[in-house]
Amino acid sequence: MSAVLIASTDVARARRHRSWTLLSGLVLVGTVVLVALISLVWLPYAPADTTGTRLEAPSGTHWLGTDKLGRDLATQLMIGARIALVVGLGSVVIGAILGITIGLTAAFAASWLDDTISAALDVVIAFPVLLLAMLIVAAQGASLGSVIVAIGLAMSAVVARLTRVLTKRVLGEQFVTAARTSGTRWPGIVVRHILPNIWPTLSVNLALQFGVAVLAEASLSYLGLGAPPPNASWGRLLQEAQGTVITAPVGAIAPGIALIMLVIGVNFIADGLRDVADPARKGSR
Amino acid sequence: MTLLSVTNLGVHTDAGTPLVHNLSFDLAAGERLGLIGESGSGKSVTSLAVTGLLGAGLVATGSVLLDGVQVVGAAERRLVPLRGRVASVVFQEPLTALDPLMRIGRQVAEPIARHRGLRGSALRAAVAEALAEVSLDEARISRAFPHEISGGQRQRAAIAIALGSRPRLLIADEPTTALDVTVQAQILRLLDELVDARGMALLFISHDLAVVSAMTRDVIVMSSGVAVERGTIDRVLSAPEHPYTAQLVQSARGLDDMLGTR
Repeated sequence: MSAVLIASTDVARARRHRSWTLLSGLVLVGTVVLVALISLVWLPYAPADTTGTRLEAPSGTHWLGTDKLGRDLATQLMIGARIALVVGLGSVVIGAILGITIGLTAAFAASWLDDTISAALDVVIAFPVLLLAMLIVAAQGASLGSVIVAIGLAMSAVVARLTRVLTKRVLGEQFVTAARTSGTRWPGIVVRHILPNIWPTLSVNLALQFGVAVLAEASLSYLGLGAPPPNASWGRLLQEAQGTVITAPVGAIAPGIALIMLVIGVNFIADGLRDVADPARKGSR
Repeated sequence: MTLLSVTNLGVHTDAGTPLVHNLSFDLAAGERLGLIGESGSGKSVTSLAVTGLLGAGLVATGSVLLDGVQVVGAAERRLVPLRGRVASVVFQEPLTALDPLMRIGRQVAEPIARHRGLRGSALRAAVAEALAEVSLDEARISRAFPHEISGGQRQRAAIAIALGSRPRLLIADEPTTALDVTVQAQILRLLDELVDARGMALLFISHDLAVVSAMTRDVIVMSSGVAVERGTIDRVLSAPEHPYTAQLVQSARGLDDMLGTR
């Protein structure tokens, strides 16, 4: 009796904890999304204008102060939000489409092809995402598009490997055999049984990858390989503020906090997603 | 033409370990046949070989003619039209045989939509009818996920799915083994009625003599992948010829005596 009581309060606590993480994740990411949306219709100043003196402290006219050329920091931060979200979303879409396709191919392929793909994925994954993205950006030139493609390609290897493993596991399940005995063809099995069953795990991973992509873009920009100004990303802002971090710390702290907010936010959402996507876990079990 | 004609069927692993050896039997439309044997005797592998669903690493030899089509060594493309339409399978463990993330109604709908070409409200009506046929007429079942209903209800749903494609042969692979005894009896009665009503052929696979005797008249006793004895269930029970059958019958009787049921 008491064990049951303890178990049920544990479940209740776990559920409360989960909804807490999901909620705070949504608030954090929602803030960034809201700022990005506002930036599309309204900005405090034109991003390239030197509207203040150099390195102003935060004030009523410049909420976060100005950078070393006198440009408004709040404006640049808002544009950065837009870039961070576009990069995260774009590379996750590319990584997901490519990764799921490769992963499914490997899972269904004859063993020699499966082995070849897996070995190739292992090699790609052995490279840090950042290094791989640097190579691609270096070859294609620094633009927002090539940054997204680069991060997406690097991400697709991780997604492919996960997809392959998850698919193989589902393929071994009896309900796949059962679906085949009733005459379902392989494409039908992939769409109706395999994708829905790997999605709970995959979606959590994709949400985490979103955070990785945002950080990778910030790092690329920090290294000077990101999108060029005046559409500067948060990583670029960090780099610009680096030299004056002692005298004007807001320039580095503000984009830093923005990055942390977004990445922690998506990680919280990833945590919460797991439960939403899996009905067996939501129920009374 | 015989619906299912198995001749010299052999199944072995890639490594060469034999699982089924030289198995032959015929099953005409509307007839019933029981396959009895302990676990590991090759019963389930036989049922998979009949529908061409042996997993990777298993190889079939000999001949399986399902509705006149050679299953052994056939391409997937040739087998898909047979599955569901000619033969359907009910598996032992309904929880794993149902997709955990798909509502029961949709799982029942799939073979019906595919084999009878129904859509929209006609499909919904057919699903309700199929569920009612297996006594799952509660509205909630159709909306439920497999983990939300009981084991007996799950097996009923699995039967509805197997029958949705209107097969001429039903292969029941230990369909009641995972269920408790009272539910077992209900499921067996349901299967019996449905097979009768539709005039389907039944290949019933079980380790349980009592269960098989309730369902079929003709049986094949399998041991270590070999058919050691065949005949009517009454003859096999009263005068077993093969030592293994005698042992099987004896242990079943021993269990019954111990439980004091007979």
